[in-house]
Amino acid sequence: MIRFEKRPQPSRLSSLATPLLAVMATMVFGGFLFAVLGKDPVQSIVTIFWEPLFGEFAFYYRPQLLIKGAPLVLIAIGLALGFKAGVWNIGAEGQYIMGAIFGAGVGLAFYPTESFWVFPLMILAGAFGGWMWATIPAILKVKFGTNEILVSLMLVYVAEQFLASMSLGLLKNPEGFGFPGSRNLQQYASAHNTDIIAGSGMHWGVVAALIAVIFAYVLLARHRLGFAIRVTGEAPRAARFGGVNPSRLILFCLGISGMLAGLAGMFEVSGPAGQITIDFNVGYGFTAIIVAFLGRLHPIGIMFAGLLMALTYIGGDIAQSQLQLPAAAIQVFQGMLLFFLLAFDLLTNYRVRIGSSEFPT
Amino acid sequence: MDLSAINPIILIAALISAATPILLAATGELVAERAGVLNLGVEGMMITGAVSGFIISVNTGSPAIGFAMAAVGGATLSLLFAFLTQVALANQVASGLALTLFGLGISSLLGQNYVGIKPPRMPDVDFGPISDIPVLGQIMFSHDPIVYVGLFIVAGVWTTLKFTRAGLILRAVGENHDAAHALGYKVKRIRTLAIMFGGACAGMGGAYISLIRVPQWTEGMTAGVGWIALALVVFASWKPWRVLLGAYLFGGITQLQLNLQGAGIAIPVEYLAMSPYIVTIVVLVILSADKSRAPGSLGRIFHASQ
Repeated sequence: MIRFEKRPQPSRLSSLATPLLAVMATMVFGGFLFAVLGKDPVQSIVTIFWEPLFGEFAFYYRPQLLIKGAPLVLIAIGLALGFKAGVWNIGAEGQYIMGAIFGAGVGLAFYPTESFWVFPLMILAGAFGGWMWATIPAILKVKFGTNEILVSLMLVYVAEQFLASMSLGLLKNPEGFGFPGSRNLQQYASAHNTDIIAGSGMHWGVVAALIAVIFAYVLLARHRLGFAIRVTGEAPRAARFGGVNPSRLILFCLGISGMLAGLAGMFEVSGPAGQITIDFNVGYGFTAIIVAFLGRLHPIGIMFAGLLMALTYIGGDIAQSQLQLPAAAIQVFQGMLLFFLLAFDLLTNYRVRIGSSEFPT
Repeated sequence: MDLSAINPIILIAALISAATPILLAATGELVAERAGVLNLGVEGMMITGAVSGFIISVNTGSPAIGFAMAAVGGATLSLLFAFLTQVALANQVASGLALTLFGLGISSLLGQNYVGIKPPRMPDVDFGPISDIPVLGQIMFSHDPIVYVGLFIVAGVWTTLKFTRAGLILRAVGENHDAAHALGYKVKRIRTLAIMFGGACAGMGGAYISLIRVPQWTEGMTAGVGWIALALVVFASWKPWRVLLGAYLFGGITQLQLNLQGAGIAIPVEYLAMSPYIVTIVVLVILSADKSRAPGSLGRIFHASQ
C-alpha cells in the first residue's frame, strides 16, 4: 500500500524538480491529446517548444517571447505576492482591462499633442486603473469580510462589459468609419510603447516586468513586508501575534497585484495591441495564475515560467497555422500544466512510503 | 422606451427558467461545501456539461440523453478535482482554478465543430388542463422537465441533509473531518462522492444553458454563471431552500435586464449586462457579515496521519 507521510518541511529538491516534472508530463499527455486530434504528437511538441526558439523563423519569434512573456510575468508577480499571503486575487484579467482603458484613455485625451509627458502619464493612469479595480475587492474584504475571490472575478465580467462600452462609445475612433475600437496608439508617437531597441521586442513593459521581478525578489527576501507576507500565508495566527496588520496586508497585496496587472494592460494597449477593441483582452490575467504557480510563487521562477508560457502561446500559434492544431488545444495544454503541477506538488510536501505501517504517527 | 411590453407573468415564468442553471450548479456546490470541499471549478464543470450535453443531444437527437451525459461529463471532470484535492492533497483554491481553466479549454476544443448548430428542442412537460389555469398555470406548469428536476434536486438535497443518516455523516465530515475520521467514516470517499454530485449538477446546469436557454453552442457561453453559483452558496448560508430563493433572485435580475434591453431603455446594453455581476457583489457584501454558518472544515485538506 502507498502512504503519504507529511514532511516536516517542504523538500527543496522536489520544489525545484516538480515544475520540470510537470512540464514533461504535460508534454507526454499533451502529445497524447494531439495524437487523438490526428496530429503527429512529436512534430506538434517540437513545433510548440523548438520552432519558436531555434526554427527557421526564430528571428521573428524570439522577440515575440518578450512581448507575450512581459504581461504574464508582470501580472503573475503581483498575483504571487497575494497567493503567498493567502489573498486570492483571481480577477487580474479585469484589472488588466481597466489599466488598458485608463492608460489609453489618458493617451487619447492628449491626442494629437506630442509631448514627452504623455507616456509617463499613461503609465500612471494604467497603474491607477488596475489598482483601483483591485482595491474594490480589497476594501470589501477588509470592511465586510467579503470573499475576494468571488468579488475580483465578478469584476472581470463588469470590466469586459465596460471595455465593450468604451470601444463602442467614449474611446471610439472618430475617424474610424464607424468601426468599433479606439484610435491606434501605434500611430501616435507620444503614446506609442515602442521597442527600446528596434526589432528586439524589448518594449517598456518588458523593462517594467524585469523591475517587478527584482522588486518582488528584494521585497520577499529582504524586506519586513515580504516577511509579513510569508508568515501570514503560512501561519496567519502567528502573523497577527507578531504584529502584522492583516487589513493593511490585504490592501497592499491586492493593490500591488492590481497595479501590476493594470500596467501590463497599459503596456499592451499602447504597444503590441495598439488600440482598445471589444476583444482586446486575450486571457493573460487567467494564464498568469498558471504562471504564478508554475514559478512556485517565486519571482525568479515566475520569470522563467512566464517565458515558458509565452513559448506555448507562440508555438501554439505556429502549430495552428502549420499543423492546423486548434487554438483551444493549446488552452487545454496550459490547463493540463497546472494540473500536473498541483499533482506533483504532493512530492514536495509529503514523502511517499510503500508498504503498510503498523503505527501511523 | 415601452415598459408595458414587459409582462410580469411571462417575466416570472421566464425567471424560473433563467434561474435553473444557477440553481442546479449552486445546489451541487452546496453539497460539496457541506462535505467540506470548496470547489472553485464550478464554471469549468458547467461549461464541460454544456458542451458534452450539446454534442450528445445533437448526435442522438434526444435532449434527455444529452442532459444525462452532461451530468456524466461534469462528474467526470470533477473527478480530476477530487484526485487533486483528495489524493494528491493539493490546495483546493488552486485546484478549483485549474479545473475551470482546463474545463474552458477542453470545452472549446470539443465544441469547435458544433458552433452554429441548433440542438433538438426539449418539449415542455404536458400537465394537461392544469397549465391552462390563468397566471398560476403559466408560471408553474409551463416548463421543460429540467426545471422540475432542479426543484426536485433541491428538495432531495434538503431532505437528505436534514433527515437522513447519510446527510448527517456528510455534514459531520464537513464540520470536523478529524472527528468524522475518528468515528470511522471514510472522509475521502464521502468527499469524492460529494464532489462528483456537485460536478453532475453543474454539468446539467451548463447543459441547460446550451440546450434550452440559448440554445446553441458558443465558446465560454456560461459567462460566469458558475461563479455566481458559488456566490449563491455563500448567500444562502449553505441552506438548500435559500439557494432556491437566491437563484430566483438572480434569475429575475438576469431576465429583467434582458427584457429592459428589449424594451429599449435609455441605459446602454453593456451597463445592463453588468448588473447581475454587480448585484452578486452587493449581495455578497450584505451577507458576508454572517460567516458562522460555513462548514467548519471548509477548504481544509484532510490527511489522516496528522
